[in-house]
Amino acid sequence: MASAAVPGELTIGFLPLVDACLPILAREHGFAEAEGLSLRLVRDMSWATVLDRLLYGHSDAAHIVAPLAIATTLGRGRPAQPLSVPFVLGLNGNAITMRPDLARAVNPARASGGGLGDPAAVGAALRAYLAQTGRPLRFGVVHRYSSHNYMLRYWLASCGVRPDVDVEITTVAPPFCADALEFGEVDAICVGEPWNSVAVERGAGEIVLLTAQIWRRGVEKVLALREPVMEDRRGDVEALVRALRKAGEHFVDPANLDANAAILARPEYLDGNATLIRRAISDRLLLSQGGAVLHYPDFMFQHREAANFPWVSQAEWLYSQMVRWDGLSYDSADAEKAARVFRPDVYRSALLGTGDPLPGASSKVEGSLLKPTSVSMQQGVITLENNSFFDGKPFDPMLLESYIAGQAEK
Amino acid sequence: MRIAIVDESASRAAVIREGLAALNDCEIFVVTERRGLVARIGEIAPDIVLMDLGNPSRDVLEEYFAVSRVLGRPIAMFVDESDEESIAASVDAGVSSYVVDGLAPHRIRPILDLAVRRFNAFARLEADLAEAKGKLAEREVVDKAKRILMDSRGFSEPHAYAELRKTAMNQGKRIADIAEAVVTAHQLMGGK
Repeated sequence: MASAAVPGELTIGFLPLVDACLPILAREHGFAEAEGLSLRLVRDMSWATVLDRLLYGHSDAAHIVAPLAIATTLGRGRPAQPLSVPFVLGLNGNAITMRPDLARAVNPARASGGGLGDPAAVGAALRAYLAQTGRPLRFGVVHRYSSHNYMLRYWLASCGVRPDVDVEITTVAPPFCADALEFGEVDAICVGEPWNSVAVERGAGEIVLLTAQIWRRGVEKVLALREPVMEDRRGDVEALVRALRKAGEHFVDPANLDANAAILARPEYLDGNATLIRRAISDRLLLSQGGAVLHYPDFMFQHREAANFPWVSQAEWLYSQMVRWDGLSYDSADAEKAARVFRPDVYRSALLGTGDPLPGASSKVEGSLLKPTSVSMQQGVITLENNSFFDGKPFDPMLLESYIAGQAEK
Repeated sequence: MRIAIVDESASRAAVIREGLAALNDCEIFVVTERRGLVARIGEIAPDIVLMDLGNPSRDVLEEYFAVSRVLGRPIAMFVDESDEESIAASVDAGVSSYVVDGLAPHRIRPILDLAVRRFNAFARLEADLAEAKGKLAEREVVDKAKRILMDSRGFSEPHAYAELRKTAMNQGKRIADIAEAVVTAHQLMGGK
């Protein structure tokens, strides 16, 4: 199946999740074709298989959970293979959905007829619930090396709930999350759409928090390639970056919601329910069965504020969490390798001269902005909005080592 | 050696089991159920796990291998860096393998090679079946088109077939395509 590279042809692996939208729409709306590219999309059912296809040349690029790109580069779980990320496919878009009775017990807002919980308040209530029942809870995430896992753990630990001690965290494949909740295999799930909505529609769970509440601008899926492939096919990769930016512009235009939801729902893509998909991609969520649909702006974040720019600081934050939860110690060589996975230089050279805003820096202090701030760019000007972590602690990549040391003290 | 075959397709699992049955000193277990998979693997305590690449439970099983203390013996994906080709062949065939720590590659490879051959054989079987089904459907549509020509133009059966064949040759198309067009046109004109 692995064949010699044909210039202008790219095969991209993906999982059926709404944030696979940009490659799908780049193909369907002809943005790739306009850049002289022909895209072939290969759908799989597990991250392990998406990764295998990438590593053994069945695909040239892949839609993948960001931490997995770093884990693969560092050789966690299998021999190291350097991956490169020239483009972030999106920020956030995940939710924490709990068994209805647990949701009511730990979400004061829900009990009073309101909507989403406040992360700190839910965390405190969860801690009290655990102390009271004396029984550990089990949370399902989609992969050990996923942003879901890291955001969930960050939130729990900040609230004084110890992952792996007070709460067990296990892996559940996204299509089976609703089942796992329904059959009591897990008490809560942290997963992307449309799988939270599927659980809610079935009455198996209620949405309590969104990962956008934990880190307002948290990195989620990325476009990853093997480093040598990216170097060999630099021209095609840059054309793809431009096509994906165009797809993003189309995706966030409310006028295109119906058409895009219908495309994503097709059997060869998500093979899902267009109504649920439309809801998710318009930042709308039904929190509980029979409730009202809530609009939460920037639940998914695919385009504005140069959202696709691969900030090196984001890769470094992911590394800090890998050290924390894999029980590693800080290693400056590994930190450097992890940082190099994100390639802002490729993103920049792809978009130079297109008028698209281009950050001048490659790294920033993550979670430092509490209000909209105008930032001048190498190209254009953008206003960055609140990007904070729920506990108000910023991540300064210059202080990576002491940030990691600070986490261990908890 | 204990080998677990994890595959939601019971028929493919059977084909692979049959292929591995020839091996000496191997006990083979087939797991087709998704529910309770991890617990079942724990009970089996396999030395080798073969799993199809399309299986949605791969991440779940890998997580279990990564953290499992129940097994006592760590299991990891089989990646023999000295033999990239055979690993690539197994990915091509659509099978992933996990082996218990310390098992020598020369003991694993014959098993993996057999599994790859069986996966490929199964894929061919499926392709043949799909082709046979397609041929059957084609024959049906040709019969229908002949019947239409016989009824509407008073042709004999051989004449109707000759007419379809001549048209196909003139247009550089397959007889089945012409027959399809006749049937569609007939339906559009209100025929049954």
